[in-house]
Amino acid sequence: MPDRILLTHGSGGSLARELVEKSFLKVLNNPLLARLDDSAVFDFSGTLAFTTDSHVVSPIFFPGGDIGRLAVCGTVNDLAMSGARPLYLSLALIIEEGLAMSDLDRVVASIQRAAEEAGVKIITGDTKVVSRGSADGLFINTAGIGVVPEGVNISGSNAKSGDKVILSGNIGDHSIAVLSKREGLSFATTLESDCAPLGSLVAEMIAVSSSIRCLRDPTRGGLAATLNEIAGQSAVGIRIEEEKIPVREEVLGACEMLGLDPLYLANEGKLVAVVPERDAEVVLKAMRANCYGKEAAIVGEVLSESPGRVVMKTGLGTSRIIDMLVGDPLPRIC
Amino acid sequence: MRFITEFRSSKLASGLLSQIRLRSRIPARLMEFCGGHTVAIFKHGIRQMLPSTLEMVSGPGCPVCVTANADIDRAIALSQIPGVIITTFGDMLKIPGSRSSLQESKASGADVRMVYSTMDAVKIASENTDKSIVFLGIGFETTAPTVAASVIQAKERGIDNYYVLSLNKLCPPVIRAILDSGEVRLNGLVCPGHVSAIIGSYPWEVIAREYRIPCVISGFEPVDILQCVSMLVDQIEQGEAKVEIAYRRGVRPEGNPEAIRLMEKVFEPAPARWRGMGELPASGLKLRKEYRQFDAELAFDIATEPAQEPVGCICGEILRGTKVPRDCPLFAGICTPEHPVGPCMVSSEGSCSAHYLYGGNLAG
Repeated sequence: MPDRILLTHGSGGSLARELVEKSFLKVLNNPLLARLDDSAVFDFSGTLAFTTDSHVVSPIFFPGGDIGRLAVCGTVNDLAMSGARPLYLSLALIIEEGLAMSDLDRVVASIQRAAEEAGVKIITGDTKVVSRGSADGLFINTAGIGVVPEGVNISGSNAKSGDKVILSGNIGDHSIAVLSKREGLSFATTLESDCAPLGSLVAEMIAVSSSIRCLRDPTRGGLAATLNEIAGQSAVGIRIEEEKIPVREEVLGACEMLGLDPLYLANEGKLVAVVPERDAEVVLKAMRANCYGKEAAIVGEVLSESPGRVVMKTGLGTSRIIDMLVGDPLPRIC
Repeated sequence: MRFITEFRSSKLASGLLSQIRLRSRIPARLMEFCGGHTVAIFKHGIRQMLPSTLEMVSGPGCPVCVTANADIDRAIALSQIPGVIITTFGDMLKIPGSRSSLQESKASGADVRMVYSTMDAVKIASENTDKSIVFLGIGFETTAPTVAASVIQAKERGIDNYYVLSLNKLCPPVIRAILDSGEVRLNGLVCPGHVSAIIGSYPWEVIAREYRIPCVISGFEPVDILQCVSMLVDQIEQGEAKVEIAYRRGVRPEGNPEAIRLMEKVFEPAPARWRGMGELPASGLKLRKEYRQFDAELAFDIATEPAQEPVGCICGEILRGTKVPRDCPLFAGICTPEHPVGPCMVSSEGSCSAHYLYGGNLAG
């Protein structure tokens, strides 16, 4: 095998087959994938959840993760946020000509480890190679299928006045970890991405409460965007308290330096839950017992007034509206 | 000492607020020069906590907002020259010029790239020797040393396809221009923290001495800003006008001598165009003779149509502190972050954006 990806790896010829067999099948091996048919065929019964997600992160390796782990966790988490137990993923890679084979192998190994951790199998896939300059190293799309347990009805439109808002842990870790490795901005930090599959956390939450109203993972746009989406979909107001939102000191420090707001930073291993007040403590306890919910906290509540609006009580006791951000958060230049 | 949480402590903030309320008797208008301060003041709801004796107005300290339309037009014209790659900080992409924006130029095929530092731009130049790379040098004294460093590095490495369109501006001269105009009565100045980390506190002495205006350099956390306001109130009440530092962890009186040396090695003061204020003498920076080969002004024939301001937009007056965003007929209606008309709504450090994003704050 060449030590870099060549255009001929995407040609459908012998080099393409060699790539599939040596780089993918060998690592992601399972009977459904091994058939190498045009579709994965499997038996199924129950209510399905189906989602897709594309990943274009730069750099592709960052502290605490890489684009492969992100691709698995992103789709697994989207399924979990519907209350589904993730089962199967598809994996489609768009590879830029010239990518080091060792980098590809590292990503595929990471995909397999994340899939094992999440309890999912990759059962179908696709590879395309594009000429140098047409992609930024590697893009990955993953689609996923999961099964929704009977009686579970989780949706962004279910929040009701009086419900509590629970956050599963510290916000902003992923964004700051990625930014810390971005050229021209690199700074020393021990911070790692929170990139993690949340299927087990959600299953344990559902086990103690069948009344969870909404689940969302605050990825792009951060906690602010997620809360605004829920407030809009459910036509309710949401009030959160700044002092209750868990944020690491390193993230606060980086945000101060760069002029960013942790509320708008992406997370890849966190969830926001809206639950009836009567179930809030029991759900919180279950979350804290899971390794991905140790820092979980009740950060706010749902209100009947000001539908569609999110308000935060600041640490100084004042209140401000938390709106969605337009575009990406940018480091300050002043 | 963890440096962040202490400066967001509600207990410390309450103590400072009590002092401010107790001591502030003389009605006073304070200007926060820096866009970063404007955002922090809105974000933490500081205006709504101050006594009625104190009014805060925003100044021209958003580096993207003060870039004149004519200069944005020139940057867009540069982007359309074949073989040119424009490199710039993010917010500049979205700022509307007279007829278009860099973002629109990029969508039409121009090679415009967002960078996080000037060194990224030098790297792009070293990797694309068949292209001309132009860095848009915007910002105040905070970014000027990094632009200077990139020029020095390009010269040392023999990179001859790297250019700077120098749009950097200097803070003290514009404050003087605002005070000389007589349009705004100011009783205190919240001086910029990061700019002062570079230039120190001495350049502000002239403002305190000649205009009899108290000056206090502030950090960006709520306790920093309240401490700064408290110190300004003390000076106002005692009839003093001096320069003080309320941001000791970031600013030394002499500033950062190495950064100043870099800046002075590469640049010399020059007239600069400011949005809403026109051309101000010695308020900008141009490349010195020894570094002229990197000057985009000289290297390219930049042809533009006469600049036009958007009809109804009052960004210029907002930047001078004579009007506030809510005085603008376009604010929050025609001009929003999704569809900005003026730069103060585009930039993350813009006054209109802060007013819009943080809702002018609610009752606490």
